[in-house]
Parts: sequence; structure tokens; C-alpha cells
Amino acid sequence: MKLRNIVLASVLAAAGAGAFAQAKEQFFPGLPYRTGPYAPNGVPWANGYSDYLKLTNARGGINGVKVIYEECETGYDTARGVECYERLKGKNGGATVFQPLSTGITFALTEKAPGDKIPLITAGYGRSESQDGTVFKWNFPLAGTYWLAADALVQTIAKKEGGLDKLKGKKVTLVYHDSPYGKEPIPLLQERAAMHGFNLQLLPVTAPGVDQKATWLQVRQARPDYVLLWGWGVMNSTALKEAQATGYPREKMYGVWWSGAEPDVKDVGDGAKGYNAVTMQHGAEPQSAVVKEILEKVHAKGEGAGPKEDVGQVLYMRGAMSAMLAVEGVRRAQERFGKGKWVSGEQARWGYENLALDQKKLDALGFAGVMRPISTSCADHMGSNWARVHTWDGKKWNFSSDWLQADEQVLKPLVKTTAAKYATDKKLTPRTPADCQS
Amino acid sequence: MFYRENGQYKTSYGADQQIFPIAQDRWAVLLLIAAAFVVVPLVGSDYMFRAIFIPFLIMSLAALGVNILVGYCGQISLGSGAFMAVGAYAAFNFFVRIPGMPLLLALVLGGLCSSVFGILFGLPSLRVKGLYLAVATLAAQFFSDWMFLRIKWFTNDAPSGSVSVSGLQVFGMPIESPISKYLLCLSILVVLALVAKNLVRGAVGREWMAIRDMDVAAAVIGIRPMYAKLSAFAVSSFIVGIAGALWGFVYLGAWEPAAFSVDLSFKMLFMVIIGGMGSIMGSFFGAGFIVVLPIFLNQFLPLLGRLVGVEISTAGISHAELIIFGALIVWFLIVEPHGLAKLWALSKQKLRLWPFPH
Repeated sequence: MKLRNIVLASVLAAAGAGAFAQAKEQFFPGLPYRTGPYAPNGVPWANGYSDYLKLTNARGGINGVKVIYEECETGYDTARGVECYERLKGKNGGATVFQPLSTGITFALTEKAPGDKIPLITAGYGRSESQDGTVFKWNFPLAGTYWLAADALVQTIAKKEGGLDKLKGKKVTLVYHDSPYGKEPIPLLQERAAMHGFNLQLLPVTAPGVDQKATWLQVRQARPDYVLLWGWGVMNSTALKEAQATGYPREKMYGVWWSGAEPDVKDVGDGAKGYNAVTMQHGAEPQSAVVKEILEKVHAKGEGAGPKEDVGQVLYMRGAMSAMLAVEGVRRAQERFGKGKWVSGEQARWGYENLALDQKKLDALGFAGVMRPISTSCADHMGSNWARVHTWDGKKWNFSSDWLQADEQVLKPLVKTTAAKYATDKKLTPRTPADCQS
Repeated sequence: MFYRENGQYKTSYGADQQIFPIAQDRWAVLLLIAAAFVVVPLVGSDYMFRAIFIPFLIMSLAALGVNILVGYCGQISLGSGAFMAVGAYAAFNFFVRIPGMPLLLALVLGGLCSSVFGILFGLPSLRVKGLYLAVATLAAQFFSDWMFLRIKWFTNDAPSGSVSVSGLQVFGMPIESPISKYLLCLSILVVLALVAKNLVRGAVGREWMAIRDMDVAAAVIGIRPMYAKLSAFAVSSFIVGIAGALWGFVYLGAWEPAAFSVDLSFKMLFMVIIGGMGSIMGSFFGAGFIVVLPIFLNQFLPLLGRLVGVEISTAGISHAELIIFGALIVWFLIVEPHGLAKLWALSKQKLRLWPFPH
């Protein structure tokens, strides 16, 4: 036992010394996938994430605290993602926050993060019920979940038809990636289908989705009024090509935000004209102030992570916005735990739970017009339930809808019951109001 | 000089038939096990346990199971991922649905379910052989993918098809810390490895090997092919199923069917081929090669790059890792087609004559 104590003590001392020496730097680990079948979508996200963190340093850090960033390639493999998490969580004085960027890794890390006291941000993806912060203390699906996306899509369709009551008897088909990611929207769509009386047809596509002939044959037979596309990576462009081949109008196709970026439609080009996708607030934003600042302060110095032309694309913006949320949570935490000081993962968690990004702050950060204000609380870890829809014109994405707000009447009970089921399954006691205060 | 059995007389049947007849082997294995149980927990870091040792132990167990089927009985199987998935989901259902279910019992029941599943998908082996059997067992893989994605009951009606477990404990001891998880995996591995080692040198193991070497001749001398093949499927998928349950319960904590995809089946087959078919030791070598080497390369390459002053991008490292890994596989297979275990056996042979080879 003695030897063990000595070894442990020396390891701890070494780790402590390391942490102390770098106490002024805030460590943001990255779990991107720059290789593998989903790399076309993973690369712009990772570039946006790392560029924004570099911009943060160029702006002088978080109240003077510099940011360090280190990546560990996951290749979208869950086992590899867990290894990366274990590798990075203790480095550089301890990870501030993890953004797993994969549903599988999110699920695995959801079990590990509470023990390690590291928050998880899953901006726009992950498990939708983790919006309920009383059960999911460490998960933050900031500014969007798949349920929010599905709800916004139903509303868009209803608007096109002239009202939610007009949806009765309509046929809506969901073509989805056959994985937990693709299945996420189903409970919400079923709820909506029961409410408004439209028919929901579910067509799973086996990953990776290169072969969809059979699926689109079924679409042709059923002649749905609308097709919702919950695809990913190569599945999206294949779906659009198949839609073109079957003659299904792209104007009646609506994708989730993973199906609505440049890599998904570029190969199809004109064939995808008229195709719509929901965005979690932002679309492609090459004109935004933050993009200009990144080009000027990061890319002009040759420190940009990717090609210049990609800056401001949809998924690039997604990465930049995710990084911004990660940084702003730390800034918020500093307000409580000491300005200009390093914050631990546990302290950062408080920051994410009490985010208050109003329009003024967003403007100052260069996100004016990109997104709406976010404010989170113990009960609501999402913070903002707005979305927009954009349409591909053959060359670029243009917004085609106003801001849409998800219907809390539909979303809330679903989040509550699903989160409660998770709590009973795992024998968790939801947090008390007193715990929420801390 | 040190490694030779001269003067080790066996005076009883027991001594003649023990697992490791050479005293040095016996001591080496005992020392290794003792080191794994005592020394490693003293010196290993959190990261080493969680990211290296635990996946290595679990994958060794899985490779051991596959080796019984592929290496000892000669039935090529691409359904190992499915057997793992069945083990994991069955153990999950027993664990979640029956209140107060002990973890070890859930793991064993998971293994038994996987065993039944293995026998079922082993039935084609009675008619088809070799590559055709590999294709037939691939059906198990697709069937399990389909089953766990579509039938909601298996995933406890989770909306996304993802499941998770928590509150693991064995005899009242919580399995939370990395060391306790490591010790749990190690104990299960040691027990099952000893069982497997004994099985393969017993009557059943000899039947498997006879079937592997020539099934017609084996049938002629009175070995029932059906019994031999199906028992190999049963034992193999039992072990693989337990490995799958550990992979889900202990390593991942929460998993989706994609965690047990066909990729994993291929990986396990490669472990067996690279490690050495028909060798218990080979399973460990193979698992080490496939699990630990990529992680090592991934961390070693940036250091190497920094040493010579080159900053390699994340994608670059990942590509280089794949290239080097692939090249190593090819190189090993050319140099030693019988796997790393054969290298091990050769070095032992050389050691016996050292320092005076003839």
C-alpha cells in the first residue's frame, strides 16, 4: 500500500506542478473527424472551431486568459473517441469542455462526464432530452436539438400549406440515416403527426447510404407530399441524386442541418436547386463580422486551419459558433469565480448553465445577424429555441424563411417525459432547486 | 542456458499433463499474472487503464473466443461483431429488466445468449466451408445490426436505440474506478483464458483441430462433425459474447448498434490472423497489435515530428497512422505468415539452445 501511495503522490505532485505552471491557460480539447467517411462534414466544423479559438487569442484571450487547443482525431469511431477523451481530459491542467460531434461518442461521454466533472456541449446534436438540465447536469445542447429541428420543419411545411390544420391527411416521409442520430426526430414527428393528423412514413437508409434505390422506389410509390431528409455525409448527395432520378421535386424536400451544408449539395449542383434545409440559427455567413475578423486576424497571418474559401460556410460557422459558446461560457464563469482567472471544468459548467448572451454581446463578438440571443438556466440547457430554413439555389444557400420558434407546448412535455425515463432507468434523482442555485 | 527442461522429471500423470509442462513457463506465466494483478495497478495512470489496458484486455478476450472458432476449429467467421452485440444487449436486458441482477450473472447470461445465437448461425457450417462460411456468418452480422436497430424491446424502448448502464458492482464492491474496472476485466480474462487453454488441449479441442485439419478424415475416425463444429461455435460465441458485454458495460458505458459493426468483426479476424491462428498466446499478441499500436502511433508520430521540427496536422497523423499500420500488417504477414505467436514459438526454440546452437 505504501508504494502505491508514494507512486500516487508523486504522480499527483507532477500533475499538480504541471497544472500550476499552466494555470493561466484555458484548455479546449477537440474531437474532430478529419478522416473517414464523414470527413467532408467534419473538416469544416473542426476548422471553424480551431480558427475561432485562435481568434479568441488574437483578441486577447478570455479576459486575458489565453486559450490552448489540441485535437485528437476520432474518425467518428466511438471507441477511438473514448480513447481521445481519456487522453485529452487531463492535459494542460484539465479540459474545460468537450464537444463530441458524434451521437455515439456523445452517448458514451454522457456516462463519463459527470464522474470527471467536465461539461459536454452538443450544439445542435446529441440527445434531445438532455435539454432538461435537472437530469442532465453536464450536457448542454446549446441553441438546438434534433427535436427542435424537426419541429421547425413541421412548422415550415404547415406554413407552406397555409396552417397547421391544413396538414390533415397529408403524407410526410422521413428518409433517415439508420442510427441513433437518424432516429432522434421520430418521437417528435410521431407526436406532431398524431396532433395534426398527417401520415408519417419512416424509411430507414442503412449507413453509409450509398445505395438508396429501394428507398426512393418506395417514395415514388407512396408519392408523399413532403420528404424530410435526416441524412449524413454521402447519404445526402445520394438522396438528392436519387430524388432527381425519380423525379421527386427538390422543393418539397427538407433536410436537417447535417443535410444542409455545402458538401452535401455541391456535387449535385443544379440538381439540388430548390432543396431546403433547416439551420440551427445560422446558415452560410460569409458577410458576418466574425468571418471578416477571422480572415483578417487569423488567415491573413497564415494561421488558418483550412482553405480561405471555406471560411463562412455552413459547417464552418457551426464550428465557429460552437467555439464561441464554449468560450463565452468560460467568460460567464469568470464573472463568478474571478475575472482573468483559469476556471475548472466544474466552474465552466456553471457558466454554461447561466449563459446570458444578449444582442449587444453577440454584436460585439461579430455574431450580429448570425444567431439570436441565448440564455440558459438549470431547467433549460438549450437556451434558445429558434431556427431558420435555407434553400440551395444551385450555387449557395439563401435563407428562405423567417425566424421560426419551436412550439414549447410540444417540445417540453416530450423532453420532460424522456428525461424522466432516463432518470428512473439510471436511478438518478433530479436536481433540487437548491442544487440548481449552486 | 536458463530455458531448458533438462532434469525436469515427470513422475506422475498429473505432472505430465499440467498446462505448462516446463517449469520456466509455469513461473513466467505466474509472474506475468501476478504482475498484471499487483504491479500494474500500482504504476498505471488513469489514462493507461481507461484507454489502453481495459480495451486491450477486452479485445484479447474477444480474440481468444474468435481464435477457438477460426484458429482451432477452422471455421472462418465474420459474425464475431454480432456475437459481441448479442452478448452486450442480452446482458444489458438481464441487467436492467431484472431488479437486483448481479453483474457477473448478467455477463454470464449474456454470454449464454450469444452462445445460442452462435449455434444458430453456426448451422450453415455443417454444409458450407471456408470462404462460403465466412459469407454465411456475415449474415449474423447484418441480422444483429437489423435486430438491435429495429426491435425496440431489445434497447429498452430507448427512442434512439442507444443504451447505457450504470451502478455496476461485484459482491458489493462498486466498479467505478479505472483500477476496479481493470481488475474485473483481468479476472474474467484470466479465468476464461485458462478454461480455453484447457479446452483446446482436451478431447474437445483435439476434435476441433481434427475437423480443422481434415473434416472427412475426422469423421472417418469417429468424430461427429456436427457436435465438434457447433460446440466450437458455442464456446467461441460464449467468450466473444462476454467480451462484448464487457466492451459495452465497462469500456463504453453507453453504446449503439454501430459500436458492434462489421468493422469490429474484421478487426477481430485480423487479430487472430496476425496474432497467430490456433494459439492462445497469439490472441493477446493480435489484440495488442490491433488495439494498442494505432493509439501508440497516433501519439508517437507528433512527438517524432516535433523532434525533427515538423508540425503534422491532425489529418496527416491519422493518414500516416493508417499507412504505417497497413504496411506493418503486410510486412508481418510476409515475414511470418503464421502470426506473431509463431515468432514467439521460434524465439523460445532458439532460447532453448542458447548459447550453444548446433
